[in-house]
Amino acid sequence: MTLSRRETLALGLGAFAASFVLPKIATAATEDAIAAFTGGAELGQGDLTLTAPEIAENGNTVPIEIDAPGAESVLILAAGNPNPDVATFNFGPMAGAHTASTRIRLAGTQDVIAIAKMSDGSFVEARQEVKVTIGGCGG
Amino acid sequence: MAENVKPRVRVPSSASAGEVVTIKTLISHQMESGQRKDSEGNTIPRSIINRFVAEFNGETVVDVKMEPAISTNPYFEFQAKIPESGTMSFTWYDDDGSVYEDSQEITVG
Repeated sequence: MTLSRRETLALGLGAFAASFVLPKIATAATEDAIAAFTGGAELGQGDLTLTAPEIAENGNTVPIEIDAPGAESVLILAAGNPNPDVATFNFGPMAGAHTASTRIRLAGTQDVIAIAKMSDGSFVEARQEVKVTIGGCGG
Repeated sequence: MAENVKPRVRVPSSASAGEVVTIKTLISHQMESGQRKDSEGNTIPRSIINRFVAEFNGETVVDVKMEPAISTNPYFEFQAKIPESGTMSFTWYDDDGSVYEDSQEITVG
């Protein structure tokens, strides 16, 4: 198949437009996930620490740690993944400290977002950008 | 799909009353995300562990809802309060309905 100059230009424009539309869809999914968790409440800053590496060579296993004293539950989102949900930690009465570590998959360089629901009903947010060298979603 | 699933937990065998101990858990599981394709281009169906619960004497320590973005061989590290002797029990729930369990005694002395 050979492409004329006009067709090539059109394809290029299409790809250019798609590059704007796709992140928008991902952002909308993230916003939906946040809204479902918070019920539309405002996000503040507070007692929530999200620790993630600045640069992760392998997106298949990125170690993250949350520390949220006074939080009932913590939602973790990866805004740049095909599906932004990562995990929700619910702390019970026997939790010694409201900290947890796990390993997650990241499709590419993106923000990892943690949102904590505090025991007083407020919500706080923490973000950390992780640069990923090799993405971890297969394909 | 989920074969050779083997939970491993690291729990101290003793603690002093009221001590906060660190608990580490790892379970071997391929955590197929449902995003990957096989060599013929067919999507490999999702097959993950979707929930993990740790309890001490029946009271929740952590209850984690897991999505496909959790890595292969899910690992968790967290803290538990140990007021008295008892059993730490761990439960993993698989998409296919399987439930994997492990438990360990902690003695307060």
